Amino acid sequence: MESLFEATVAESDGGPVVVMSGTVNRAAKEALEAAYHEATSEPGRVLLDFSGADYINSTGIAVIVGILAMARAEDRVVAAFGLTDHYREVFNITRLADFMTIYDDETAAVAAR
Amino acid sequence: MVQVMKRRRTEKEPSSATAAPTPESKTRLIEAIPVPPGDPLETLLLSSGGPVGLRDLELESEALASIRGAGVELIVPLIGQGELLGALYLGPRLSDQPYSTDDRRLLGSLASQVAPAMKVAQLVREQQAEAKERERIHQELQVAALIQQTLLPKELPAIPGWHVDAFYRPARAVGGDFYDFIGLDDGRLGVVIGDVTDKGVPAALVMATCRSMLRAAAQRHTSPSAVLADVNEALVPEIPPAMFVTCLYAIIDTEAGELVFANAGHNLPYVRTADGVIELRATGMPLGLMPAMPYDEKSYSMASGEVMVLTSDGITEAHDPDGEMYGFSRLMSRVARKPSNDDMVAAVVRDLEEFTGADVEQEDDITLVVVRRTSSAQDSAETFEDTGRVLDTFTVASEEGNERIAIDRVTAVIVPLGLNSSRLERLKTAVGETVMNAMEHGNDNRPELDVGVEVSATEQSIIVRVTDRGGGRPIPEAMTPDLEAKLAGEQTPRGWGLFLIEQMVDDVRSTREGGAHTIELIMNREGST
Repeated sequence: MESLFEATVAESDGGPVVVMSGTVNRAAKEALEAAYHEATSEPGRVLLDFSGADYINSTGIAVIVGILAMARAEDRVVAAFGLTDHYREVFNITRLADFMTIYDDETAAVAAR
Repeated sequence: MVQVMKRRRTEKEPSSATAAPTPESKTRLIEAIPVPPGDPLETLLLSSGGPVGLRDLELESEALASIRGAGVELIVPLIGQGELLGALYLGPRLSDQPYSTDDRRLLGSLASQVAPAMKVAQLVREQQAEAKERERIHQELQVAALIQQTLLPKELPAIPGWHVDAFYRPARAVGGDFYDFIGLDDGRLGVVIGDVTDKGVPAALVMATCRSMLRAAAQRHTSPSAVLADVNEALVPEIPPAMFVTCLYAIIDTEAGELVFANAGHNLPYVRTADGVIELRATGMPLGLMPAMPYDEKSYSMASGEVMVLTSDGITEAHDPDGEMYGFSRLMSRVARKPSNDDMVAAVVRDLEEFTGADVEQEDDITLVVVRRTSSAQDSAETFEDTGRVLDTFTVASEEGNERIAIDRVTAVIVPLGLNSSRLERLKTAVGETVMNAMEHGNDNRPELDVGVEVSATEQSIIVRVTDRGGGRPIPEAMTPDLEAKLAGEQTPRGWGLFLIEQMVDDVRSTREGGAHTIELIMNREGST
């Protein structure tokens, strides 16, 4: 039932991208943090790709808050793309969207660099 | 006031009759004799243009008499920018000769050089003292603000069937306002609003003490009047003289909607009912004034849709530019009107700002606590009777990830009903979070305990009921998460579940039977989103 979470790091013209797939819940913490650290070895913006994230619950939101807290501590800009309309709404309601710019897709995110 | 120093010949060695006189012992330092402002001598010295001999001087002046009595023969005024900064008092010359013209010229020249330096030194000293005082006040305000910010609730309780909101804005001088929410047994909630007389650090310290006393007493007593009486007894010997605390304490039975309250001289709470605004009156003296004070205790049953507004006097006693006070009647009439989005806090604050003018410096702390009953147990019971058509009933074991089973099954049942996709997604998230809460809090994550899910539909709405088996921890009060504090690492990043549930559906209700909780999620079938 539950799709395993995976996070990998890809390079784009807009900077490193943490590509997520599967369920974003508390179990995603370790993998997401590892990918974030890998993607942020250099200074600069980091992109979060939620295209493959099929389910995000409150414990997953807590994990993302943890990532945003790390980024904030090192003054790093975080941007996201690939969220469904619903999760975009959730990110607005929880105000996560106040702390990372959300783009429709990767093209828009890269172009906005 | 002029400070002076004078050297004078001694007639006799004061401490030892056997000691041989030395040149030093012929002189002595005597106490400075001030020339009070406005004394004729001051006028004379200011206009003299140089040293003034006292031997033949005739002037009606008390200061002159004292100075002459001390043996002074010559005064050399120190004048800077038309101001008498000081003076040198000289006794007779050691040679007993009168002061010569040359002596006077020399002394006058010396004075004209000393006076500007004295003026500068005086200004520097004044500025240093002022800067020190400003720094002290600034630091005191910072400490006071820090104490208050640390002790005010970081999050608001989110209780199914209730909406709680609060607002606090300190004045520049930081008054002693405070509010608090105290979780009690059996789903009851203690609500406190108070105001310490005075401002700054003293008020903040009394506020901190009072808050701790209230929290402790609230756990010992089930009656608000007993809590206030207890705190009063404890506070009387501790509080500085001329300080006291006004405070209202209410206990809300969140299941029954019953409110019991006592008031120690604080602004009366207002409740907007279907028939208009009422005041909740209970009498009692402010805390900390006198021992053995009785506190009246009253109760009120809050109906669904009613809203209670608690305020501090920083609101009612705020002034407009013409000096008119905002007052109780204006507050009452604002409370009487249903605000847009049911946001009473924003409505009152906006009304107050329109009254005072937005750019005016706030006179006192402003505190507002709003408690609204969004649905009652009776409503819930009626809903339970009006169950509509049950579409599906199932259980899932309390194992992490099983909320997805519940979501998928609820989705399968609902899709044919034609709920629009946005509302469907919201309901799915609410179902997932509610089932997770039931597993984690209600069933303590014990896999052998299952979570019951029932999906039903009426013509107007879809209702999903999620029931735990009880025995676990009670479902905590949800708080509106403070994202800034979470990002700053001051709070756990968790704590989003109940907040999300409330945001996702049109209504959330809860009931309890035995130890088991049922959370009812209601999603209207027609809606803009």
